[in-house]
Amino acid sequence: MAEMGLVDINHSVVETEATNRGYERGLIELAERGVDIIVMDADLAGSSGTGEFRKCFPDRFLDIGLCEQDMMGTAAGLALSGKCIFITTHGMLAAGKAWDIIRSTICYGSLNVNICGADAGLSSGAAGGSRQSLEDVAVMRTLPGMTVIVPVDAVEAKKATMAAARIPGPVYVRFAAARVPIVTTDLTPFTVGQAAVYRQGDDATILACGVMVYEALKAARQLEDEGLGVRVVNCHTIKPLDHAIVNRAAVETGALVTAEEGSTIGGLGGAVAEALAQTVRPTPIRIVGIEDRFGESGKHEQLLQYFGLTARDIASAVREVMARKRGRQSETGSMARG
Amino acid sequence: MSPTPNELRDIAKIIRRDVLTMILESGSGHVGGSLSAADILTALYWGGMRVNPEMPQWEDRDRFVLSKAHASPALYAALARRGYFDVKELMTFRKHKSMLQGFPDMQRTPGIDASVGSPGQGLSITNGIAMAAKRDEKTFRVYCLMGDGEAHEGQVWEAAMTAAHHGLDNVCAIMDRNMMMGDGSTEDIVALSPLVDKWRTFNWHVIEVDGHNIDQILAACSEAGTVKGRPTLVHARTVKGKGVPFMENKPEWHDRKVTEELYEEAMKALS
Ligand SMILES: Cc1ncc(C[n+]2csc(CCOP(=O)(O)OP(=O)(O)O)c2C)c(N)n1
Repeated sequence: MAEMGLVDINHSVVETEATNRGYERGLIELAERGVDIIVMDADLAGSSGTGEFRKCFPDRFLDIGLCEQDMMGTAAGLALSGKCIFITTHGMLAAGKAWDIIRSTICYGSLNVNICGADAGLSSGAAGGSRQSLEDVAVMRTLPGMTVIVPVDAVEAKKATMAAARIPGPVYVRFAAARVPIVTTDLTPFTVGQAAVYRQGDDATILACGVMVYEALKAARQLEDEGLGVRVVNCHTIKPLDHAIVNRAAVETGALVTAEEGSTIGGLGGAVAEALAQTVRPTPIRIVGIEDRFGESGKHEQLLQYFGLTARDIASAVREVMARKRGRQSETGSMARG
Repeated sequence: MSPTPNELRDIAKIIRRDVLTMILESGSGHVGGSLSAADILTALYWGGMRVNPEMPQWEDRDRFVLSKAHASPALYAALARRGYFDVKELMTFRKHKSMLQGFPDMQRTPGIDASVGSPGQGLSITNGIAMAAKRDEKTFRVYCLMGDGEAHEGQVWEAAMTAAHHGLDNVCAIMDRNMMMGDGSTEDIVALSPLVDKWRTFNWHVIEVDGHNIDQILAACSEAGTVKGRPTLVHARTVKGKGVPFMENKPEWHDRKVTEELYEEAMKALS
């Protein structure tokens, strides 16, 4: 897949960086290019990735204090006057604290407000369950007109930031505070709403987002040693979901695993299951994520292991859906014979 | 040519009559809070604000945010009577495919500057518009109409701090102080008094008016325009259900269907 310009994760030392940093570089580049952006933060510029932006463009930075609800409403007002707004705070505050205001003013008015959940997923590590946002993708995805993006790494985070500025309606983008592997390069294509196939294969497909794309690529590599050809798709845009790629994966490989660093309820897995249940023939799916519970304190890598979000977990999920696929094939085979 | 005080009073009465007819026709809607705001809206749209109904998107118009969004019938009536759209549209209020949704929707109704729904959110939006105006060196002013019960929402006070902190002297918020909310009196449920003092300690310039005296409201809007470095709160003492004696100060008329019989009685009071 040379045309994807991916980092060869099997042969080179994989570098890591917090996706928050890519967000910050995107913001700075937007301002340098003269886009009329205003970056808002609720007293978290130090950690959320807007600190450097604040230094470079103090006039374009607005710290609203610990007033997340007011931040969303003020953003709506600024957007009504044509400003391109980027709001940053912890993922669960960004998506949860002011959900009604995001819904009733920003989304209802289809306003160009980009809501950026920093430190999302398990990436705030040591802070534990109250801070870790595992539900943000699900609650943002239900809002009419909301685009939801989970970038794979810091390089894609910058591209997603630049792209969000051009989307006229509301966007939720999720970033990580923890260092995560860099798997893409400036050459890797990125288009909102278009999932990208990072590895071909016909036996099963892993649809992943965020840091789980890296784990998915490693899992596919492990499974290759067992003789299985596993397709890996970066589903960075959870909404609108790329139905064409998801359907093709279902039809061509017949077994799907989704992988995300968030709740198994209503996130990428939910979106894929909803889509497939209503379109092509039902396909065995296994949703890898965190199952209806809060996070807890620990190092990010530790937590990924603890919650079953590693390449090994994905690989066993692939074996499981493949077994279901085979079971179904022999069932339909015997039905045909009988 | 600006309307005379008598003409203004007549316009407010027409708006009240429209409100009743709309709610009779739709079978639901917020009567009490609409009647209480009718004079304030008349003052704003007939002199208080710089607007042009022929150009609802005119860049330099004053902006209006109906934070007490449930008073939408009164706002729609004011917009229709001011010429933003055909008065006949009022009869479609709350009906399927109407341009007049239950709560203001800027994507459907000419003259609506911001979509609003839940109480407590409008002042933040107002501040955002006002900040953008300052950044763009625009001189238009931004008005916001709030309910008093609405001031129970914490976001109102977040926004109050933001407006004062940023010296948004282009913001003029009007509080429809009718002492009533949905279930009863604000002072019985969770007391807001002393409300004027609250706004003053939040560093707002406060003007107290009789919210049914259009002259006083207009004078307050002018005064607010001269204040530098601080936002203005017009504390408008009002009566919920104003103009229809059997609805006045009756919380049960916050949101209630109007029957034919009571409609006739109400219209008589407003004739
Ligand atoms: C967040 C939220 N809380 C409550 C309601 C229901 N509600 C709408 S208006 C209202 C009472 C508001 O009272 P006030 O602001 O004093 O309005 P007024 O008396 O002027 O009509 C209530 C409880 C709602 N729609 N949304």
